[in-house]
Amino acid sequence: MTPQMTVPATAPRRKPFNRERRRSNLLTVVMWLCVAYFIVPLIWLFISATKDNPDLFSTFGLWFGHDFNLFANIHDVFTFQDGIYLRWTLNTIMYAGLSAIGASLLATMAGYAFAKYRFPGDKALFSITLGAIMIPLTALAIPTYLLFSTAGITNTPLAVILPSLVSPFSVFLMRVYAADAIPDSLVEAARMDGAGEFRIFWQVGIRLLGPGIVTVMLFTLVATWNNYFLPLIMLNSGELYPLTVGLAQQEATSAAGGGAQALFSTVITGSVLSIIPLIVAFLYLQRYWQTGLATGGVKG
Amino acid sequence: MAHGIKRKQHLAAYAFVLPFFVVFAAMLVAPLVYSGYLSFFADRLIGGVSFVAFENYLRAFQDPGFLAGLGRTALFLVIQVPIMLGLALFFALALDSGRARGSRALRLLIFLPYAVPGVVAVLMWGYLYGKQFGLIGQITNALGLAPLNLLSNSNILFSIMNIVTWTYVGYNMIVMYSALKSIPADLYEAAEIDGASQWRLAWSVKIPMIRSAIILTVIFSVIGSFQIFNEPSLLLELAPTAITQSFTPNFYAYNLAFVNHDINYAAAIAFLLGFVIMIVSYVVQLSTQRRERLS
Repeated sequence: MTPQMTVPATAPRRKPFNRERRRSNLLTVVMWLCVAYFIVPLIWLFISATKDNPDLFSTFGLWFGHDFNLFANIHDVFTFQDGIYLRWTLNTIMYAGLSAIGASLLATMAGYAFAKYRFPGDKALFSITLGAIMIPLTALAIPTYLLFSTAGITNTPLAVILPSLVSPFSVFLMRVYAADAIPDSLVEAARMDGAGEFRIFWQVGIRLLGPGIVTVMLFTLVATWNNYFLPLIMLNSGELYPLTVGLAQQEATSAAGGGAQALFSTVITGSVLSIIPLIVAFLYLQRYWQTGLATGGVKG
Repeated sequence: MAHGIKRKQHLAAYAFVLPFFVVFAAMLVAPLVYSGYLSFFADRLIGGVSFVAFENYLRAFQDPGFLAGLGRTALFLVIQVPIMLGLALFFALALDSGRARGSRALRLLIFLPYAVPGVVAVLMWGYLYGKQFGLIGQITNALGLAPLNLLSNSNILFSIMNIVTWTYVGYNMIVMYSALKSIPADLYEAAEIDGASQWRLAWSVKIPMIRSAIILTVIFSVIGSFQIFNEPSLLLELAPTAITQSFTPNFYAYNLAFVNHDINYAAAIAFLLGFVIMIVSYVVQLSTQRRERLS
């Protein structure tokens, strides 16, 4: 990534031109057929959430079963083991929320400093951050577990949140974003007016960095929300699990078969419910993450 | 006076980067160093923990499980990454050309799987593949085709490739699409008026312009491929014979640490894996740079 850092400032976004240009029917058909590959599995999942266990086995996957069981399934999801699903959901929201806020704050401050200040060691520190993007986080999970267990914080929320606070890629993204979004002249003008460096950051910087911060927050939120490996290693009591680990354990019980088979519809409905908040977040915030990603991709 | 202002600004800059680097040192550097340290020791039944220098690494290089896992990952990399990124690039170019109807909806729908947690994606595909109520089985059955065991020893790797492709095409597409959007239009408006085809335009103007975005996706895909864990871990229940303890290096490290309780060897495997990833990413960067210089 380093060599591409010197790409010139973002070109103005292309104006929509030639709006009435030819549409291609062939391309339209090909594209919508491809979309089927991405969507059919999800449609199957949503339809399956409306079936009870016998219907899952006896009716065709892409059409509804004999009974519409969605509400009964949702009821089962929330009453399973005294409502542990709700607990998992709250845990997930807490882990992902705190990690996203913390990671974005750290990354925004560091990215802002790298973009707007020249200080001894800045190049070296930034290179170290870039190099760290390559470090596979899972290679760190096992030693982190051992260190945490010495410190006695495994099987606590901290064990999941602390490692999620480091996001070198977010620092990189914020630096690129801040370099463009905050004009040096504005910072200089604020200094002339006698504003301190921290006030400039809080009052000028943060405001202009809005879309960048939303992007970083959304992606760290998703990363923690979806993380399975880290909480799997760190946690061993069911009431601390996030949704990912909880659902996986529930599935394992369900697949182990026997009398527990009635769980399939519960696992499927639980999975559907766990996806919905993220889909809503992505749809709702699309304006932000699409421009934010553009920054990273163009200059990456 | 000017010196004092400079000094004040330096201090402010350090204060801004400090919180990140404190956490960075504690959560990234410390475990990395500790992992390296652990990898030089071994815990034996007789004699307890002792310093063994590079013995764990030598063992890894002769460990058929580890090598097979690494080979499987390399195969995955060579087949899955080009397919996934090729599709992503095709979709990005198709959407950017504006010739397909419903571009906006297409873009969001292709991206949607990225918002599905990896665990749910694997569980879902596991059900779709499975014999019990799998959709794929239902369809082949209805068409009178021979049942396809997607969870067999020889097919499981491809089934996993499919899951990863399904999840990440959209993400990579968005990165490339965003880069395409920022190419100044006048760069190829002229070519378009001259009657250059969309294919030619894509090949000679658009793809070279978004090179850095493409390289970014390649490097992230390389890193991702070497870290595959969710898929083998969650499909184990459905395909117990196809998925071995050392199916992927990352899954192996996990099993060594938490099932076999061989922490030191696990640390060596994790460390080696990190090393391999760094080398492969570096080679990707280097080779693309050389091509740039030649052209």
